[in-house]
Amino acid sequence: MSMLEGQIRIPSGCAISAVISREGRRMTGEKIIESMRPMHERSNGLGGGFAGYGIYPEYKDLFALHIFYDGEPCRAACEAYLRDHLEIVKGEIIPTRKIPSITDEPLIWRYFVTPLRSVLASRQLDENEFLARIVMHINTHLQGTYVFSSGKNMGVFKAVGFPEDVGEFYRLEEYEAYCWTAHGRYPTNTPGWWGGAHPFALLDRTIVHNGEISSYDANRRYIEMFGYKCTLQTDTEVITYIADFLQRKQGLSLTELASVIAAPFWSTIKRKPTEEERLKLSFLRKVYPSLLITGPFSIILGFEGGLMALNDRLKLRSMVVGEKDDLTFIASEEAAIRAMEPEAGNIWSPAGGEPVIVTVKEGCY
Amino acid sequence: MLAIDTSNMDFLELGKRLRETEEDTVLRGCLGQRFIAAGMKRRKLEIHGIPGNALGAYLDGADIEVFGNAQDAVGDTMNAGSIVIHGSIGDTAGYAMRGGEIYVEGDAGYRAGIHMKEYHEHLPVLVIGGKAGSFLGEYQAGGMIIVLGLHTDGPIVSNYPCTGMHGGKLFLRSDCKDILFPDQVTARPASAEDLKEIEPYLRQYCVHFGGDYASLIGSPFTVVTPDSRNPYRQMYVAN
Repeated sequence: MSMLEGQIRIPSGCAISAVISREGRRMTGEKIIESMRPMHERSNGLGGGFAGYGIYPEYKDLFALHIFYDGEPCRAACEAYLRDHLEIVKGEIIPTRKIPSITDEPLIWRYFVTPLRSVLASRQLDENEFLARIVMHINTHLQGTYVFSSGKNMGVFKAVGFPEDVGEFYRLEEYEAYCWTAHGRYPTNTPGWWGGAHPFALLDRTIVHNGEISSYDANRRYIEMFGYKCTLQTDTEVITYIADFLQRKQGLSLTELASVIAAPFWSTIKRKPTEEERLKLSFLRKVYPSLLITGPFSIILGFEGGLMALNDRLKLRSMVVGEKDDLTFIASEEAAIRAMEPEAGNIWSPAGGEPVIVTVKEGCY
Repeated sequence: MLAIDTSNMDFLELGKRLRETEEDTVLRGCLGQRFIAAGMKRRKLEIHGIPGNALGAYLDGADIEVFGNAQDAVGDTMNAGSIVIHGSIGDTAGYAMRGGEIYVEGDAGYRAGIHMKEYHEHLPVLVIGGKAGSFLGEYQAGGMIIVLGLHTDGPIVSNYPCTGMHGGKLFLRSDCKDILFPDQVTARPASAEDLKEIEPYLRQYCVHFGGDYASLIGSPFTVVTPDSRNPYRQMYVAN
């Protein structure tokens, strides 16, 4: 009997890309889908996905939950749970296109919700924490139910398939975003399934990732002490929770976040020119040693109003940045950037551990 | 010269087209197709656009010229021939090269020239016109790496150059005052005799990309070589 995917180990890499308008100009999903075509060989058809920011302006004050259900009973159970905690302003099937390359899809629903004020008050939580706990509860306790997107005015679209096909499946040409990120998956150590495709999301933060986290279990054990539960059978998930924890709960800036997860070597810190820099970098390494992510990675962290791209400190994965007018492009390969914009200029490769932060002009998103 | 429009052509089809003939060929509209000219023997290939990863891997005598940037793993384990890049190059350029020459007009990414080796008359040469990323020449066992630091104001090479080096030579057109080398290598100012070794390659660089040979060779160079035939003795175990 031949082994199923997940029972054998398939070695290789992934593809990531992103485009963002610093002016907050919204673009349909076609451009980002194009970027994945020249990187086709970086994926193997076992996962593809996209995150779009600014896609739900008509519901921008509501949390948009995207949920996979294994079947109708799962949906009934989940909706009952949702109604106990949230006001559901709208619930609907996410429109998809039937195509031969995407099969075995779960039920795919989205809900625009806001916390029930009375419940929120009784829990004494802010609404982000309240929502994050609901997502964790569903993903941990409700069988066959996975919330894969939970931010405001943004959404994740992912599936088992090649990313180009996933984009067509979810009709991304019908959405307009000021920032898109994308991922083509080539799973190496864990099964390719719908919930395991990238991006991984919590609230408005999303991660697409090419690489393999050697420190996964150390990171997981630490982050699970703070109410996060890793349920999606793949390493990338933990990066999303680390970003949420360090930024939303610990109040770290993006550069500080980068200095924790891709901390410079002690020998590099020693050679920093100013005492202030040396102290700060040492401080972050000492306070969050368990959140250092080792192993090869290139990631793009999307969030409301911007993104951050980052390589591991040894730069064991490739990443290229380019620009044209108000647009910044980031991808695993320059060819992907040229596919989005043949005339892109200022092409460069950030060094390992050097974050590239791009934000949209205030008031434009 | 045979011309192939590679737009919307995947790497398999492009490879097939290239192997149908032994004629010199120009590729237009390249966009990320991998393995171009892998293992290819004597012929000329001109590439416009962005060739994909592993351009000229195992190259065995062909001469490739790229008018644009190149991505990762150019000339991986190449044996003979030449690759000229009118632009910059991604990571791991010339990985485990064992012959032939690579000329890059601009910068190189991380791990350029790692694991290069040589044997008798097979001497691989990697010339980088701009600056090089970290781990330049890591585990270098032979051959020659030359970095010119042109068109850049930053350091000529980033962190950890020559880590694990045990053969070959690395030339940097810089006094390397701020560069930290590992204990197992020696970095010293290049002598007139050292410079004689790189002369043909600097001249060739100027032929490919323009530039003034006299001012290039007139600047201070640092040459890096391993300390002894077995510099890592007793690094891990007493042997």
